[in-house]
Amino acid sequence: MKQSVYLDNNATTQVDPRVVEAMLPYFTTKFGNAASRNHAFGWEAEAGVDTAREQVAQVIGADSKEIIFTSGATESNNIAIKGVAAMYGDKGRHIITQKTEHKAVLDPCQYLAEKHGFRVTVLEVDAQGLIDLQQLRAAMTDDTVLVSIMHGNNEIGTLQPITEIGRLCKERGVLFHTDACQTFGKVPIDVEAMGIDLLSCSAHKIHGPKGVGALYVRRKRPRVRCEAVLHGGGHERGMRSGTLNVPGIVGLGRAAELCREGLANGEVQRMAQLRDRLFQRLSSRLSDINVNGHPTARTPSNLNVSFAFVEGESLMMGFSEIAVSSGSACTSASLEPSYVLKALGVGDELAHSSIRFSLGRFTTQEEIDYTADRVVAAVEHLRKMSPLAEMAAEGIDLKTVEWAHH
Amino acid sequence: MAYSEKIIDHYQNPRNVGSLDKSAPNVGTGIVGAPECGDVMKLQIQFDENQRIIDAKFKTFGCGSAIASSSLATEWVKGRTLDEALEIKNTEIVRELALPPVKIHCSVLAEDAIRAAVRDAKAKAEQGRTTAAVAAK
Repeated sequence: MKQSVYLDNNATTQVDPRVVEAMLPYFTTKFGNAASRNHAFGWEAEAGVDTAREQVAQVIGADSKEIIFTSGATESNNIAIKGVAAMYGDKGRHIITQKTEHKAVLDPCQYLAEKHGFRVTVLEVDAQGLIDLQQLRAAMTDDTVLVSIMHGNNEIGTLQPITEIGRLCKERGVLFHTDACQTFGKVPIDVEAMGIDLLSCSAHKIHGPKGVGALYVRRKRPRVRCEAVLHGGGHERGMRSGTLNVPGIVGLGRAAELCREGLANGEVQRMAQLRDRLFQRLSSRLSDINVNGHPTARTPSNLNVSFAFVEGESLMMGFSEIAVSSGSACTSASLEPSYVLKALGVGDELAHSSIRFSLGRFTTQEEIDYTADRVVAAVEHLRKMSPLAEMAAEGIDLKTVEWAHH
Repeated sequence: MAYSEKIIDHYQNPRNVGSLDKSAPNVGTGIVGAPECGDVMKLQIQFDENQRIIDAKFKTFGCGSAIASSSLATEWVKGRTLDEALEIKNTEIVRELALPPVKIHCSVLAEDAIRAAVRDAKAKAEQGRTTAAVAAK
C-alpha cells in the first residue's frame, strides 16, 4: 500500500500530467501576451487561449465566445452575481439563492444586501439538501433579477434540479446562474437544455491548475451582460480585465477536454462505482452510519457519511495517512459545525460525526478498500471509548438526555 | 493542525478507558459536555474509606485533544484524595499536552469532568456516613 491516500478531491485535485505537459510550452517558448496583436508571440498565445475556450465551451454545450476566463470559481461567482446586480439593478433588486451554496455565492449576495440594498432570499433545503421548486416559484417576484443555485454541492454532493430551475427562470424572465464547480466535467451539462444563463467552473477541481477558472455568459436568448468587477484594459469582452493567464487557461482547456473524454468513456461511472463500493464496505461492517445528502441525486465523486457516536476530527486522527475532510466544528477555525450539514437539519451531533470522502481520476480500488479497512478500525477504536455509544447500547435515547451545555 | 506526540500517544493508547458501576456507593461519576457541541466526557472515580481515589475510568466523545485531556485526567486523579483532585487545573493539562489555543476548551472540559465526578463522590461519601451513623444507632 502506498503511503498516503488522497480522498479530498472536492477540495482540490492533483494536476493531471497531460495537463502539465500542455501548459509547459506556454511558460517558456510560447510566453507571449495573448493581447499582443502584432507579433507571432502574441498570436501563439492567443491561439492557445482560443483552443482552451473551445475546449471549455464543448463541455457544457456553449459557444466559445460565451466563455470568460477568470482566476477561479470565486471570481466567476463574484462577476456573475455582482456583475448582474450592477447591470440589471435598475430593473430589479431581488436575488434568490439557497442555504447550502458555497461562501463564494453567499458572501457576494450578502454584500449586495448590506451595501447596495438588494433583497436576498435564501431558500431552505430539505433533509437531502434539495431546494423546493414550489418555494422557488413562490419567491420570484417582478423585482427578481437573478437566481443563483449551485449544481452539485461541494460538501454533500446533492445535485439540484437545475433543468427545472432553468425552466422556472425562463418563465419569469429571470437570469439563472449556477456554480458548477463540482459538476463541470463530471456530470453532463448542457446550458441550452438546462436553461443556464451563467455558469462558474474552476480548473483545480478537475485535475487542472489552481488560480484559473471560467464563467459562461450567455450571448443569445437572452444576451446577458455583466458589469465588470475588475477594470483595466477591457479584456474578455470587457467583463474581466487583466492580462490572460495563458498557461493556466491552456491547462484549464486541456483539463476540460480530458473530462469530456472521461464523460464519454465511462470514467464517471467508474468513480461512482468506487464511491458506492466504499460505502458498501463501510455499511456492511459498521452500524449506525448514514449518508448525508441525496442517496441518488449526487455527484459521482462524493460520499459524505456520519458515523454516530464518534467525532469527526478524532476519527481523522485514526487514519492520518488518508486525506479526507470533516464537517466537525473541531476542524474549522470558527468552531462551528458545517453550515451545510446544519441546513439539512440532521442535528449538530451528526455534523460533528461526518466525514467527506471525495474521489478523483486517480483513485484506485486498492485505495478504496484500504480506506474502508482503516476507517472501520478507527470507528471501532473510538466507539469503544465513546460515552454516547455506551448510552445508546444501554437503550438510552440520547435526545432525551439533559446535557450540561458549555 | 499537527498534534503533539503526547496527544497522539493518548489517542492511540488511551489510559483507563471504561466504566465503573455508577450505582456503587464508592464511585463518583461526572458527565459534562453535549453531543451537539461536539464533546461529551464521562469521568468516573472509585474512592476508598479515606476518600482517596483508587481507580478512575473515562469515556469521551470528542476530538483527539478532548480524548487526550480526559485520558490524562484519569492518570492524574489516581492516588489523590477527592480534595486533592480538585487542585488539578486545566492550565496544567494544556501545558502537559501542549494543546494549541483553539483546543483549550478541551482541558476546561476535563477539569469540569473532574469537578463533577468529585462532587458526586463527595455526595455519596456523605450519604454513606449518614447511613452508617443511622445503622450504628
